[in-house]
Amino acid sequence: MITQLANLGARSIFFIEEVGRVAYFGGQILVAAAKRPIRARRFVDEVFRLGVLSLIIICVCGLAVGAVLGLQGYNTLERFGATDSLGTVVGLSLIRELGPVLTALLTTGRAGSATTAEIGTMAATEQLDGLRMMSINPIHYVVMPKAFAMVFVMPLLSALFIVCGIAGGYLVGVFWGIDPGSYMTGLESAVTFQDDILGSFLKSLIFGILVGLISTYRGYSSEPTSAGVSAATTTTVVEASVVILIFDYFITALWGV
Amino acid sequence: MTDNGAEPSDHLRLDQVSMKFGQRTVFENLSFSLPPGEISVIIGGSGSGKSTVLRLIGGLVSPQSGRIVVEGQDISLAGNDVLETARNKIGMLFQGGALLDSLTVFENLALPLREHTDLDDESIATEVHDRLDAVGLSGIDDLLPNQLSGGMRKRVALARAIIRKPSILLCDEPFSGLDPISTRKVEALLVDINRRRGITIVVVSHHVASTMRMASQIVVLLPDGLVVGSPQELQNHNDPRVKAFLTADRDQPSEMVEEVEVLPSGRRT
Repeated sequence: MITQLANLGARSIFFIEEVGRVAYFGGQILVAAAKRPIRARRFVDEVFRLGVLSLIIICVCGLAVGAVLGLQGYNTLERFGATDSLGTVVGLSLIRELGPVLTALLTTGRAGSATTAEIGTMAATEQLDGLRMMSINPIHYVVMPKAFAMVFVMPLLSALFIVCGIAGGYLVGVFWGIDPGSYMTGLESAVTFQDDILGSFLKSLIFGILVGLISTYRGYSSEPTSAGVSAATTTTVVEASVVILIFDYFITALWGV
Repeated sequence: MTDNGAEPSDHLRLDQVSMKFGQRTVFENLSFSLPPGEISVIIGGSGSGKSTVLRLIGGLVSPQSGRIVVEGQDISLAGNDVLETARNKIGMLFQGGALLDSLTVFENLALPLREHTDLDDESIATEVHDRLDAVGLSGIDDLLPNQLSGGMRKRVALARAIIRKPSILLCDEPFSGLDPISTRKVEALLVDINRRRGITIVVVSHHVASTMRMASQIVVLLPDGLVVGSPQELQNHNDPRVKAFLTADRDQPSEMVEEVEVLPSGRRT
């Protein structure tokens, strides 16, 4: 019993220390962001790699999720004779919840893991030490552009996911005989900018910060071995996914979005 | 006195330095100094802390205790600002080259100049091509590091290490993984750089033949201390482990070499 308590205590202390280390790392990124040069070119490169190269997966998944929502929504609403509300159901589900969350999970799997693997490999092959020996801060040169690019692309990818999802729901709904006009009208009248669009943006922005921070931290602090990089990549996907879902609950509970 | 007014022994000096990684002691109370403008080679068994010595001099790791003096400045507990200033005087050739694999050869060499100088693009290109010529490479500007052979990668890394005209060049296993011809090329380059530019070169190497040819001073790290001397002095040294090291690559395997390889790091003087 005492051993178990001691283990629990040790794990709790380790968890708190780890949170502290991540917060300190986040602080280092912010300090680096305030320094010159501003690394605009590297930021744009990262936006391309993290964002543009994720476009296809986001579009395909958004379309598929929207189509499933349309199908499930149609079958359910038909029981109550309310199929005209399909646009509202699909739109609000995607904008308020599924769009930001699923985009964050997909981006974690595609871009977050790649970010961790790339930084971890740079550490393992002494590229980060090489930068240090050239008096170039690796957090400023490597980490900061990647973290900020993740924060920048997440709301954009989420918006794209939502648009594709709405299109998927529309295609299924129209296929099942729903009037295209009533789908769009229902969507337009139910969605508000203040509560829904801004809330969705806020969620995806926070998810972008979380994924950017976790993926860069895990890569930067990974063991400089192939096994270490592999473990760090797995940890990024697991940690970021769990943290996204937990934060999603608290954002929804506290701010009602 | 050296150019900056420091005593020769303060050019590069480790003073009672102890180093641990976790519970494992790499070395304790290690003290030696390296002469300015000369080529010094550090040899020793695997795990004896040779590369760690280079990383300590470069400020990439901090010692548990002791002082590391680089050009008169103690960098052992220095903050980032002091370290950056010290690193402006140091170039480092890493074992694997450590070239940024997302940048071309040209961009790899241009990076430190773009970061730390106000040179325009034309001047940077001139500097880059000058250094590439110095290491016997040209016409490879647009190649990525993964398109280079091991020897070429080492030479590009060497060109990058000297592009900011450092006064100290640290080389971690510059001959590892190279064929004999490439080994001789890199060795000749290091000697040439030392003679032409007067750079202090510190090499960590297992390659005894190159060590004996190029070194002015050799530091042998042993499990219970260290031995420092010129190649001639060490060839006549009475410690059998030193002799074993210096004859090891002449196809004369020695029990003492095996012993040095497997012994855990112990206390040094």
